[in-house]
Amino acid sequence: MSAVPGTAAPLSADAGFIVSLDRYAGPLDLLLSLIRREEIDIWDIPVARIADQFLLAIHALGLDEAAEYLEMAARLLRIKAQMLLPRRGDEEPWEDPRHELVRRLLEYQQVREIADWLDAASRGRAARFARGFVPPAPDAPPPPLEFTIEEVLEAVERVLAMMPDPIIHRVVPRPLDVEAATARILELLAQREAFSWRDLLGPSPSIVDALSSLVALLELARQGQLSLRQSRPFTPFVIDRGPAYATA
Amino acid sequence: MDQRTRLLEAALFAAPRPLALDELAVLDAEASDADWLRAVQELKEHYDNEGHGVEVAEIAGGYQVLTRQAFAEAIERAAFAARPVRLSAAALEVLAIIAYRQPAGRAEVEEIRGVSSAGVLRLLQERGLIEVTGRSEGLGRPLLYATTPLFLEYLGLGDLGDLPRSDELSIALAPPQAAAG
Repeated sequence: MSAVPGTAAPLSADAGFIVSLDRYAGPLDLLLSLIRREEIDIWDIPVARIADQFLLAIHALGLDEAAEYLEMAARLLRIKAQMLLPRRGDEEPWEDPRHELVRRLLEYQQVREIADWLDAASRGRAARFARGFVPPAPDAPPPPLEFTIEEVLEAVERVLAMMPDPIIHRVVPRPLDVEAATARILELLAQREAFSWRDLLGPSPSIVDALSSLVALLELARQGQLSLRQSRPFTPFVIDRGPAYATA
Repeated sequence: MDQRTRLLEAALFAAPRPLALDELAVLDAEASDADWLRAVQELKEHYDNEGHGVEVAEIAGGYQVLTRQAFAEAIERAAFAARPVRLSAAALEVLAIIAYRQPAGRAEVEEIRGVSSAGVLRLLQERGLIEVTGRSEGLGRPLLYATTPLFLEYLGLGDLGDLPRSDELSIALAPPQAAAG
């Protein structure tokens, strides 16, 4: 993932992801500037070359995830492929696959020229003031905050100090009693050949009892004094005497 | 300057916006449009020829007294007035398309620009530079936009006819032969 440069302004849900770049107003703009830079005749665009350039450019600009630029890249590659198809001269006249792209580029270029004209006109008007014209003050964005990590931490501490109960989480040591659990298991094993987890702990054991018993069971199983069996995953397991039980 | 020209000057000085001929008519029932046009001409020449710091501009179908461009910087530096915020390149592109194709829908704008333009359209609408004038007959009956009088004021244009004609642009939509020649 590469970051998209520029700013993303969520104007509305249907406005989509708006990428405003200082240099390019869209894929057509980027394409036009490439054509200009390469001093290419717009009526005879070397599509293979310009498609490669376009891909390089959107990658360099981090735009290779912007749908509109990707769409243009796909269009260029399709035209490049169409240009490679053999032409059958004697049949119907060959239609240049670049035609539609050229038409769009010229149309867009015309719009750009008008946009520049509008910009010049608006600057001309803006430089002449009407009497008592008070334009609304532009909303200056708040200055960027400058702080160090220490200042942030100090601020966090000040906020925490103001809280009535600064204790966020209490950790209480509760030692597991594996020894007692082992004794209880061995006692049950002596009485019965097999029993269940529930027989060992009852219907609602405390977390400490459950963990203590689990550790004890695993240890005894390791020693071979008992075995743990389950008929299917997630079913209660059955505890019975293991191969080493007699020696215990 | 005759009496009517001085009345015109006073009216333009007092009004907060460009005044059209039919608004000037209210000032003096005796005067015809031709009389007012003569007065406008006289005031213009007076300002131009006698070294005034203001001029009469034809804007949005009316007349307005504006300071001369030469003094913009000094006035702005002194903070007596400020230039409005300039529009972004994207906003100007959308305005250009709508100005020439109005009424135009969002799909048309996006087709020409090759990028989604809903946000820019909304911004221009909020600024009062374009407005919804109806709906297209097409699928989903999309909204159609046109420029407003404020658009003309923003650009300092008298009317839409002041926009450059397509044959005045250096890039015309011409077939290859014409462009090559």
